[in-house]
Parts: sequence; structure tokens; C-alpha cells
Amino acid sequence: MVTIHHYMVLSAVLFFIGVFGVLFRRNLIVIFMSIELMLNAVNLSFVTFARYTQSMDGHVVAFFVMALAAAEAAIGLAILVMIFRNRSTVQADDLSLMRD
Amino acid sequence: MELVVFYTLAAVAVSGALLMVTRKNPLAGALALVVSMAALAALFAMLHAEFVFLLQVLLYAGAIMVLIIFTIMLLNLSPQELKERPVGKLKGLVIVAATIVGFLGFIRVLFELPEGVPFVSPTFGNIEEVGALMLTSYLFPFEVISVLLLVAIVGVVILAKKVI
Amino acid sequence: MEQYIWIIPFAPLFGAVVNGLLAVSNAGKGRVVSERLVSFIGCAAPFVSFVTAVGVFFHLRGLPEAERVVSQSIFPWLVSGDLQVDFALMIDTLSMVMVLVVTGVGTVIHFYSIGYMAKDDGYARYFAYLNLFMFAMLVLVTAKSIPVLFVGWEGVGLCSYLLIGFWYKDIKNAAAGKKAFIVNRVGDFAFLIGIFIVFVATLKIGSPTLDFVELRRLVSEHPEAFAGTATAAALLFFIGATGKSAQLPLYVWLPDAMAGPTPVSALIHAATMVTAGVYMVARLSYLYLESPAAMAVVATVGTVTAIFAATIGICQRDIKKVLAYSTVSQLGYMFAAVGVGAFAAGIFHLMTHAFFKACLFLGAGSVIHAMSGEQDMLEMGALAKAMKRTAPTFVIAALTIAGVPPLAAFFSKDEILWSVYNAGVGPSWLPGLLWVILLAGAGITAFYMFRAVYLTFFGKRRYTDEAAHHLHESPAVMTVPLMILAAGSVLAGIVGIPAVLGGSNWFHRYLQPAIGPTVHAGEAGSHAVEAVHGAGHGSTGLELALMVLSVAVGVAGILLARHLYLKNPAVPGRIAERFEGLYRLVYNKYFVDEAYEASVVRPGYRLSNTVLFRVIDVAIIDGIVNGVGVFARLVGSAVRLVQTGVVRTYALIFLLGIIYLIYRLAG
Repeated sequence: MVTIHHYMVLSAVLFFIGVFGVLFRRNLIVIFMSIELMLNAVNLSFVTFARYTQSMDGHVVAFFVMALAAAEAAIGLAILVMIFRNRSTVQADDLSLMRD
Repeated sequence: MELVVFYTLAAVAVSGALLMVTRKNPLAGALALVVSMAALAALFAMLHAEFVFLLQVLLYAGAIMVLIIFTIMLLNLSPQELKERPVGKLKGLVIVAATIVGFLGFIRVLFELPEGVPFVSPTFGNIEEVGALMLTSYLFPFEVISVLLLVAIVGVVILAKKVI
Repeated sequence: MEQYIWIIPFAPLFGAVVNGLLAVSNAGKGRVVSERLVSFIGCAAPFVSFVTAVGVFFHLRGLPEAERVVSQSIFPWLVSGDLQVDFALMIDTLSMVMVLVVTGVGTVIHFYSIGYMAKDDGYARYFAYLNLFMFAMLVLVTAKSIPVLFVGWEGVGLCSYLLIGFWYKDIKNAAAGKKAFIVNRVGDFAFLIGIFIVFVATLKIGSPTLDFVELRRLVSEHPEAFAGTATAAALLFFIGATGKSAQLPLYVWLPDAMAGPTPVSALIHAATMVTAGVYMVARLSYLYLESPAAMAVVATVGTVTAIFAATIGICQRDIKKVLAYSTVSQLGYMFAAVGVGAFAAGIFHLMTHAFFKACLFLGAGSVIHAMSGEQDMLEMGALAKAMKRTAPTFVIAALTIAGVPPLAAFFSKDEILWSVYNAGVGPSWLPGLLWVILLAGAGITAFYMFRAVYLTFFGKRRYTDEAAHHLHESPAVMTVPLMILAAGSVLAGIVGIPAVLGGSNWFHRYLQPAIGPTVHAGEAGSHAVEAVHGAGHGSTGLELALMVLSVAVGVAGILLARHLYLKNPAVPGRIAERFEGLYRLVYNKYFVDEAYEASVVRPGYRLSNTVLFRVIDVAIIDGIVNGVGVFARLVGSAVRLVQTGVVRTYALIFLLGIIYLIYRLAG
């Protein structure tokens, strides 16, 4: 029988893989996708709780998260394109204006 | 039976995620992520979340990932540009240690959760119920989301223009 | 009547404030302040004090002898732990005498100043300072407790500084003012420690106080508690007095103080401020009586100073310097008197001295005015013909100081000599020795005084024709005060005619309740005083004989001066040549100033420069202040490293924070 623990562990694993992606990779697109992965993991977590507490609130929240993710994806990618236009790079570390 | 399905789907999701964070070519990573999301969608279905399952396929895999893939193809990065400097050893160590610590903490919290699989009604998770909830208790966030989407659209249009 | 005591010091304060504001508000604007307005306020204020003082005097006369005290508390001043000191004024018979002298002579000198300072740029400032001085001096003499006295003490020191350096544009005047203030400070430091010691002693008894009335009672009732304290405190207070009243070794500022306007020299450095030390000893008579050792020191220092200064006076050329050293010398006589327990005699001489010394100084001022600023007596001569009102008053005052009867100082000086002869202080040979020295000093006093008289007013004229053009007698506003003071010199002695000459020595009896142990000790108290300054009064015959002797010595001094400076003016020059070394020594004031310069001033300067300036100020203090800046910069450059600008580092920090939060929330 699949208990809540199974889903939660899966959610945690996916989340931390996303964290690795954000912290270890320098390519902005990959960072972005890792963020999306994290959001997905959280969605899984919400829906799991909804199922195991028999309330629909989790579903509604998941819906909102997704809508938000869509908006965020749009804007984030627009910014990414602009950065590429101005700096000809998508490496996160090259985007610092501060003097060493 | 259920367990087998769960583990299979879980494996697919995790491996897709791992592939995504390790591929140098972002396009490969994006496609791996799509696979992972499909697996997640199936998991949602297992959790009796029909509406969310639909949304995951439509929105996430269908719209957001497509958008990302469009952008990747638009940027058309050469292998030279895709080269990344590796992370410093110390930093890497800190990150790994932090994640492990976090993960363990999370697991510890998990033990507080109750066992058992409660019963859910057949209408649990269908669109009608979700809609009813959204238009009553969650009405205000619902409206705000609409405004948010509008703002996002306007923002993107402005950002993408060459001359403002 | 008691509610009006405050008017006495505060009327001059009011005058000072008004004149001060007038001076300041017109200072930078080039407007000339109305001299008439300033004069009116400046002279009305002390005159109001004088009138009030006379009123208090008659009020006191109406009270029985033992209760002749009025006091008024202005406001509670120091309240700290066990100590409560009110800013309170008190007038007993001792203060009454002082107040009358200060306000009376003070008012006269204020009127004189109208003429002397006419057309001066700082006219309003002058009267403001002078009134401020009156305020401080009156606070000093009407103080009801030691701290209030000290306020007045410091205040007169300040005003002395301000007035000595009045014409500050000449750096020498400013330096003289500075010297006065700094030398006074040395004495004041000792004075403060004396206050502390006295307070601790009263604390040990259980009734902590610094009030004069209370102290007097405590000292009478608990003499054993004050045994060692009395000597220490008395000596410390006396050191303060040597500063303020220009005795050895802190007298050096007084001759330099002649740089100030002559009325200032008359008021502050002759009649009033310098007498504060004598007043203080008399005020604390009960404390001094507990310490015969301290009294011996006071008497000896006073006597030595008296003769020391007198010898310097015989060689000085500047007329004001002669008078300055004369003041130092006469103050020595006063201290000799209070040192042997003849407090009333000391105060009596203080009073007569105020009259004749002020008269002499103002007369000198009149001469200087007539000579267009010339102060060297060797450039004067035969001025008596031209100055028909100044000359007689000057001569009268000179006769007074020489001790010629029946002028005032004869009685006061003689009482001092008699008290010293009969004194019971110190080893048995001391009073006799002191008496001989003081007698010699009297002769020298008469000598140098008449040397000055003959050089200035008689003999052949030595001044230039140009000076002759400007020569004129001073206006009435200056000569009338001279006449008033000369009259005082003549008549003031009446209040103290001793019994042996048929008088009742009213002055001595008047001061009795204020001197010595508590009034209640009454008879026992007066016996204690008498025991110190002569059990019984010796024999009448002896007293008369000594009186004749002192007059003879004075007359001899006058005749010697006449011989040397009127009849044979070439002789002094020849004497100076024959004893050239000795002459140079005395003429240069025994090189005391030079000695101080080398032993105190220069090492002090070097210490300040090398240690205090280079090390403490530059290295340590500046180092600390700059160090704060350097430290801030260091911290800044360290903290700067947090802001890398690399977003992923920030993300890592995010993660760490979140993990911490998870742990905190999970418990």
C-alpha cells in the first residue's frame, strides 16, 4: 500500500535534485528548469496532502502554483533572452557588475 | 500492484530529473524534464487528482516546457558557449553537506505524519469540486491570479521589445 | 532687614550684566556706548550696596552684642549625600566691617574711574568687569559657608585676570593677567584640599557641614576631633591665602598686575581682593586657634614677606610698582597680626590700609594721567606746584602709612606691633624676633614711601617740556575721591584707639562676637584669644614706650628719605654705584621671577611639549580617534566581501537559511 511517506520522500528527492541543479549549474536555462522542477516537487507534495487529509485545498493550491509558474516562466524567459541580447552569454557567473 | 506502479513512475520521474541537471546540452535536459513531468502527471492521477493531472499535462508539459524549448532553440547556443566552469571544491562540499542535512531533517519530520490510507469519495479531485472550492473559499486568490497573468503578459511584451 | 541682604552682592551683579550687555551689543558695530549711561549704572550699583550695608549696620547696632548676625538663604545649592550647602549669605560683625570697606571704598573708586577711563574704547566693558568684581568680592565676604566663600574667591580671581589684562591688545598686559590667574590657581588647589579635609573631619563627628556657624560650634565642642585636621587645613587654606593675598612664595603676580588700569590696582590689589586671605583667616579664627603650629607659620611668613617686599620697594622706579610692593608688605603685617591671634588688629589694619593705599594708588593714577602715561618717578619731580589737590592727599596718605599719629595707620600698625610683642605663639624667642623685624619694616616703609613722595612731587623738575604742556590737575571726579579717602586715612583710626591712650578700642569689642570659639563660649572664648596674643596687656608703660619707639623709627625713615632725595639728590646714585651688586640684586627683585621661570615655568613648558603634547595628545588621543576611523574602514572592507554580485552564491546562502529554518520549525 502506498502511504503518504512514499510520496513525500519522492517529493523531497525531486526537490533537492532541483536544488542541486540551481547551485551546481551555471547555464541560466538549466537553472530555470531546475526551479520548475522544484515547483513540481512542491505540487506533488500539496496534492499528496490533499489526498491523505481528504480536503481539496491542496488541489486548488497546486492549480495556483501552476498558474504562477506559467507567468513566471514567461517573464523569466523574456529576461533571459534580453540578457543574452545584451551580454551574449547565459553563464550566471558572468553577470556580475561588481568589481573584484 | 499499486506499489509497483508507484515505484516505476517514481523511478522515471527521478531519472528524468537527474538527467536534466546533468546534461550539458539544455535541449536534452528540457526533454528529460518533459518525461519527468509526464511521470508526475501519472502520479497525480494515482492520487485521485484528475484536474491537477490534466493541468500538469496541458500547462506544464504542454505550455511551459514548450516555451522553454522554444527559447533554447531561439538562443541557439554553440557548444563553445555551453561550456561551464566547474564549481569550486569547497563550495561543492558545502552544497552537498547542506542538502544532505536538509534532506535528513525533512525525513525526520516525516515520521510525525500518520500512517494509513484514508478513504476518498469517487468525486474527489474532479473539476466540479475544485471549481466549486475555487469560486467560494479561494475566490480572491483566483481573481488575483487573473490580474497576475495580465501583468505577466504586459511585462513580457515590454521586455521583449527591442525599443521601449 | 534680613530679606534685603541679597541686594548687597546682587546690585553690582545687575550692573555688571547691564553694562556687559551694553558692551557686547555695541562691540562689533563701531557704535560708541553712552558713557553717561554706563557711568550711571556702574556707579549706582555699588552705591546701592553701600546704602544697604549702612542699613544693615544700624540694624545690627540695635541687636544685643552676642546676637549680631543676620543671614539669608538664596537657594539650596549643593545637595549630595550627606552634604547640604545652601547659597546663603550672612552678615556678622566681621562681615559688616568688610562689606562697609568694600562697598564704601569701592563706590569711591568707581566714581574715580569715570574720570580715569574717560574716552577709553572699553569703557562699558571696564565697568561691567568692575561691577562683576564687586559682586564676587561681596559674595566672598558675606558667604555663610566655605564653598560659597570659595565661589567668591574664584570669582575675584577671574575678575582680577579680566581687569589686569584689560588693555589686552598689548600682549604684556594679557601675560600679566595670565600670570595672576595661574599663580592664584596654585593657591586655590591647596584651598580646595583644605575644604575636603575639613568636611571629612565634620563627617567623622557625625554632623557633616561646611557652614561657618555650624563649624564654629563643632570646633568648640569637639576640639579633639580637629586635632590634626586643624593644622593641615589651616596650612592649606593659608597657602591659598598666599596666592590670593600675595605673600611669599606666591606674591609674584601682584607687581605684574600693575599693568591694569590704576583704579583696578587701587580697588583689587590694595583695598579688597588681596585682603581676602586675611579675612579668611579671621573668619576661620577658631580653626587656626586649634593649631598653634599653623599660626606660627602664618605669623612668620607674614613677617618675612613684610620685610622682603619693603626692601624691594626702596629701589623701584615705577611709582605703581613701589605701591605694589608696599601692598605686599602691608599684607604681611596683617598676616603677622592674625598669625599671633590678634584677629581684630589684623582686620583693623586691613580697614585703614584700604583707605590710605587706595588713596595712594588713585593719587598715583592722577599723576600718571597728568604725565600722559609716564610712570617712572625719575622722570617726574616738583609736581606739587602743578597738582594742588593730588599732592596734599598723597602726602597725607604717605604720612599715614609711615605710622605718624594721630593718623589711622598709627593705631592699627601699633596694635599689630604690640600684639606681636606679647604673643604666645611658637617658641619663646619667636615673638620677639618677629617684633624686631616688623619694627625695622616700619622704618623701611616710611623710607620708601617718602622716597616716592619726594621724587614725584618735590625736588627739581626732571620732566620734559613736552610733558609740561600736558601737565594738569585732574578733574573733580578724580580729586574728590582722593579727598574722601584722605579723610578716611585721617579719621579711621578713631574706632580703634587703644585703652592705653584713653580710648575704648571700640573696634576690638565690636569684632569680638565673630572671632574665636563660639559666642556661647563667650568669656572663655575671649580668654582663649587673649591667651594667644598676650595674657593681659603687659604693662601700660611698656606699651607706651614701644609706641614712641615705633613712631621714632617712622620719623627716622621720613628724615632719611628727605636727606637722600630732597636735600642731596646725587647721593643715592653714588650709593648705588658703591654697592652695585647689592643694588642690582634688590633692583631686580632678588631675581625671584627669574628663579620661578627657570625652575617651574620652563620645565612645565618642556613637559607639556614633549610628553603631554607629543605623546598623549598626538599619539594616544589622536591615535584613538583616528583608530576608530581605521577600524571602521577595516570592518567595511571585510564585510564588503559578502556582496560578491554572483547570484548563485546568494542562492546558496538562501538554502542554508532555509535548512536552518526547517530545523527550527521542526523543533
